Amino acid sequence: MYNPYTFRDAIEHGANCERAMNVWEFTGLVGLGSLLAGFLGALTGLGGGVVVVPMLALLFHVDIKYAIGASLVSVIATSSGAAAAYVREGYSNIRIGMFLETATTVGAIAGAVIALHVSTSAIAVVFGLVLLYSAYLSSRHRLEHGPQLQSSKLAEKLRLGGSYPTSEGMQRYAVTGVPAGYGLMFLAGVLSGLLGIGSGAVKVLAMDQAMKIPFKVSTTTSNFMIGVTAAASAGLYLNRGYIAPGITMPVMLGVLAGSMLGARVLVKAKVKALRYLFAVVIVALGIEMIFNGVTGRL
Amino acid sequence: MSDKTASTPAAGSWNDQRIEVIIGTLLRTGVILAAAVILFGGVLYLTRHGREVPSYNAFHGEPESLKNPVEVFHGVLGMSARAIIQLGLLLLIATPVARVAFSAAAFGIERDWMYVVITLIVLVILLYSLFASS
Repeated sequence: MYNPYTFRDAIEHGANCERAMNVWEFTGLVGLGSLLAGFLGALTGLGGGVVVVPMLALLFHVDIKYAIGASLVSVIATSSGAAAAYVREGYSNIRIGMFLETATTVGAIAGAVIALHVSTSAIAVVFGLVLLYSAYLSSRHRLEHGPQLQSSKLAEKLRLGGSYPTSEGMQRYAVTGVPAGYGLMFLAGVLSGLLGIGSGAVKVLAMDQAMKIPFKVSTTTSNFMIGVTAAASAGLYLNRGYIAPGITMPVMLGVLAGSMLGARVLVKAKVKALRYLFAVVIVALGIEMIFNGVTGRL
Repeated sequence: MSDKTASTPAAGSWNDQRIEVIIGTLLRTGVILAAAVILFGGVLYLTRHGREVPSYNAFHGEPESLKNPVEVFHGVLGMSARAIIQLGLLLLIATPVARVAFSAAAFGIERDWMYVVITLIVLVILLYSLFASS
């Protein structure tokens, strides 16, 4: 898709096919692919990170550690870049976000430490499973719930409840299920640190489903949390030499430009068909990651 | 954050919102600045190394000069293209850290001590990951 020559070559001859690609070509193609990833990620709300790592690993034969480092940095860029827009809408809840960050950041460090000690194949397989699960989550019909009326004791103590704008004015909401949500957030952090993704899907699951926070509040708060979570493992990755400037430069610039473009188009575009298409792509990438991981090709 | 003067209880959440908008704008500025530095370093990198053949299919780990923030600064002074890109990436990684620090200050202004503590915990975790292993 991004580079048919390399892709076909990869299937026919296995690794070692980018011998002919020089830095200009590599940068251009990776940048273009990242642009598309960021664009689709913003349009579908799934984030660009989930496609960047498989793209680099499968299409460009970049070592998965470098791929994860580059992806993680691009995740920070999209999260921080969109913060102003999301906040202005008045949906995100900083207290919920900050409280849950104590779980995701510790999880992210744990994930990064795990990544240092497990094999590339294992990471590829876990990545594939997460891709399949994200596709499942995005295609599933979301269980709608009205705003929770009564906060649990713990949520009350932490003053997690808030209000958000609806068509009928400000709507108050309460929060429950704090321990379950906190646990899921730790898991989201581990996945983020291990795989270099934002794991927004798991974060939204934790808030929307476990803690019964309104969906709009969950997604925007998740976006704010993604950058902070990613920063927690990015430091470790940088120190371990996972962040290669030659790869990260086109990935970061591409994803950032793509996601800004996507956010602009989002208002007008019909995303349902795109969302479906993107889910199919993610399933295909997931299967390929698992296959390559199990057969030890990555 | 200096425009946080009104402290009527009803205005609390609205001021929350307002501080957040300011923080959000600062963050976006940080990202744009980081992107500009990375772009500049990238152009330099391409003009110097564009014809070389990259090899990323085996993990070697980046050299010390690109892992350690202090070394990166030295590289930037020497106009090393890779070090300039890395400086941009450091700036980018710093934006969420700055946002957490700003939030701690904002909660402090609101005298919400519980959330000052929670936010500082997050900040310490972030700083630990940035500096502990270097």
